[in-house]
Amino acid sequence: MFSVRRSIFAWSVSVLVKKMKRHLRLMVQVCFTALTNGYAAGFAKGTIYKGSTKMYCVPGLNCYSCPGALGSCPIGSFQAVVTSRDHIFSFYVVGFLLLFGAILGRFVCGWLCPFGLVQDLLHKIPFSKKWKKLPGDRVLRWLKYVVLMGFVVILPLVVVDIVGQGQPWFCKYICPSGTLFGGIPLIVSNPLLRSALSWLFAWKMLILVALVLLSVVVYRPFCRYLCPLGAVYSVFNPIALYRYRVNEAACTQCKTCQTACPMDIPVYQTPNSAECIRCGKCKAACPHQAIVSTLEKSKTPCQEKCGGMSLKK
Amino acid sequence: MNESQKKWIPIFLIVLGICFVVIGVWQQETADVFRKAVNICMECIGLG
Ligand code: SF4
Ligand code: SF4
Ligand code: SF4
Repeated sequence: MFSVRRSIFAWSVSVLVKKMKRHLRLMVQVCFTALTNGYAAGFAKGTIYKGSTKMYCVPGLNCYSCPGALGSCPIGSFQAVVTSRDHIFSFYVVGFLLLFGAILGRFVCGWLCPFGLVQDLLHKIPFSKKWKKLPGDRVLRWLKYVVLMGFVVILPLVVVDIVGQGQPWFCKYICPSGTLFGGIPLIVSNPLLRSALSWLFAWKMLILVALVLLSVVVYRPFCRYLCPLGAVYSVFNPIALYRYRVNEAACTQCKTCQTACPMDIPVYQTPNSAECIRCGKCKAACPHQAIVSTLEKSKTPCQEKCGGMSLKK
Repeated sequence: MNESQKKWIPIFLIVLGICFVVIGVWQQETADVFRKAVNICMECIGLG
């Protein structure tokens, strides 16, 4: 009797562990978003947090005008510094991005960004036909670099008023994260702000609604095609400390990884693609455990045998 | 570039990142970030 109970207990624990493993990324995303946006009073009062933690950047696209935000968005912060009269470059924000990029690359996108989480949840909504990418994907991917250089760097620096002050072009004309996490909750809870609505809010709502609808059909359209922060981290993917490797001796090129990948990356050929958000689905799907991260050792003995020589980095 | 040389790239970038953050703090860029982040940003929320 005792041994039956013990085996039922062991079975339940193993089922629970398996379930938790499957949802680990979602749990981390939710906890990190809650942790960095934990100022609940802001939502109730229609205001924002004003404490000293606001001088520190958070790694994801997390609007500092979100009522709950305890830290600052790096893209907004960069524009805030370069549009001030005293600086034309932000060592602070670029240094922060170098640090996070060199350690994690786009792991930030898969695990630590609130707007990435929103798109993940939207894509869970059932729809008759889901697309892995939009037509013209290869060209459209480059748009995020254009947005980064144009709307985050060049326009805020070059277009200035008579006192030499620029504007945060990306925040003002594009960012759907600011509209969703900052604009909507503040306008709902603050009558003064509500009275100041204009065409600009309508434009930003249009972008947000289009992206929300598109996210149901296509996986993470904003991250793929428009996000300047994703563009920054993408450059680090091939060289970051956290990378993937493919054990060529174990890989049979069955393409199971590519089928499992929501970004449709041929992982067996390009394990460190700029588009990879390190969600880990390819690793879990590989029937030969041929994909390993730099934190793990390959389970197949070949890695030791080959001394790592046959690992595609 | 061989693998052992490649290993040093992120280390170099991390050191560079730390230096940049220190320079940024020294130049009081954090004050600009703080000032912007503790006032509701009209551009961010779409009010201009
Ligand atoms: S509007 Fe967007 S880019 Fe600007 S601070 Fe907010 S989240 Fe960041
Ligand atoms: S691409 Fe941008 S919005 Fe998407 S997860 Fe990365 S930082 Fe967040
Ligand atoms: S499935 Fe693999 S290759 Fe595709 S995004 Fe996730 S981690 Fe990257």
